Amino acid sequence: MIPREFEYHAPRSLPEAIALLKQYGDDAKPLAGGHSLLPMMKMRFAEPAHLVDLGRLPELKGIREVGNALHIGAMTTENELIWSPLVQKKCPLLVEGARLIADPQVRYKGTIGGDIAHGDPANDHPALMLALGASFVLKGSGGERVVPADGFFLGTYSTALKPGEILTEIRVPVPAAGTGWCYAKLKRKTGDFATAAAAVLLRMKGETVQEVSIALTNAGATALKARKAEDSLRGKALNDTAMAEAARLVMTICEPTADQRGDVEYKTAMTGEMTHRALRAARARATH
Amino acid sequence: MSFKLNGKQVDVLVEPRELLIHSLREKLQHTGPHIGCETSHCGACTVDLNGMSVKSCTVLTVQCQDAEVLTIEGFEQGGALHALQEGFTQEHGLQCGYCTPGMITRAYRLLKENPKPSEEEIRYWMAGNLCRCTGYQNIVKAVQYAAKKLSPASA
Repeated sequence: MIPREFEYHAPRSLPEAIALLKQYGDDAKPLAGGHSLLPMMKMRFAEPAHLVDLGRLPELKGIREVGNALHIGAMTTENELIWSPLVQKKCPLLVEGARLIADPQVRYKGTIGGDIAHGDPANDHPALMLALGASFVLKGSGGERVVPADGFFLGTYSTALKPGEILTEIRVPVPAAGTGWCYAKLKRKTGDFATAAAAVLLRMKGETVQEVSIALTNAGATALKARKAEDSLRGKALNDTAMAEAARLVMTICEPTADQRGDVEYKTAMTGEMTHRALRAARARATH
Repeated sequence: MSFKLNGKQVDVLVEPRELLIHSLREKLQHTGPHIGCETSHCGACTVDLNGMSVKSCTVLTVQCQDAEVLTIEGFEQGGALHALQEGFTQEHGLQCGYCTPGMITRAYRLLKENPKPSEEEIRYWMAGNLCRCTGYQNIVKAVQYAAKKLSPASA
């Protein structure tokens, strides 16, 4: 399988990359790790005339702690996230999520920025970003803007990124000490997308839920924030009844697409189940 | 494009759309990396690129300018098999052998990063390579054999 012909550009600086994207407009696609875009190009689902490789831009690499947040360069790979002592310490949810993405070889190439900017609801970072309350730095010829993850995902393969803009950095607020976390993902095999998955962050005060964040992968046209389920838990004791009710509320917002992984009813039920499991695991990990 | 292939400088003329696996097999006569699924699932085309295990069916050759590429052809040194090649032989880590170049190349990077992996770690970090013959038991044993042989204590 060979992609259609295209011109390849390897800019050495971010301004050069932005200028190339502006010059070629809709005919150009930025290339990050290439493990979503190249397969689509091989299948001829995507046929950009110009490919702008972001792989040689040092500005897009690295993970830094800035104040109470992690600033992650968009070209940081999944394996770099997994192996980062800083991310392991400050945001274990991100490590747990990245470990469940694709397979080892793909994780050497696949990037957090590419995973987000692709806008695929089956990707794992969108829900992780919603759960974490992350924000994204977008740079274009008109300058820079910072947008929250909540609202960034507009539809399948559709995001708030404007033509010519590049996602350069992901800013993740560090969860408060004692926060419980879990990314529960059901998949048929290593390398497959989620049949259903739920990301949970949880702060407890004694046996009561102080704050909770729930987001869902592959349960609709975009990653979903499960607000009603979150509301149902705040201030309540986190017992089996409360978790079952939260899972039920999660299922009311699921609109998954039927495919070889299952029909709508099954995927909806599994999204509820993943939510239940993620809540239980997060409760066990949270400081009470 | 110019890059290092198994330590030797090579030049190859490619269209931007050419995938690394095709340059290696068809232009540079390195047919060790195999084409299995062509969809980045099976791992038969795995090569080591700048210290990373990658599926060469999902990398463009134009991305490899100045890179260092290692394929199965680079493992044997002076007529002596690499510990991983020996391990796959001794532990019957293959039957048809189609996945073996990818398995060995992947295991090489795994052992560089984690010289003493547990069985669980081997299974997790080798999960990007499929084998349809062996049921993986002997592949795990082959990697363990090489890990033991490569460890300083056994030298």
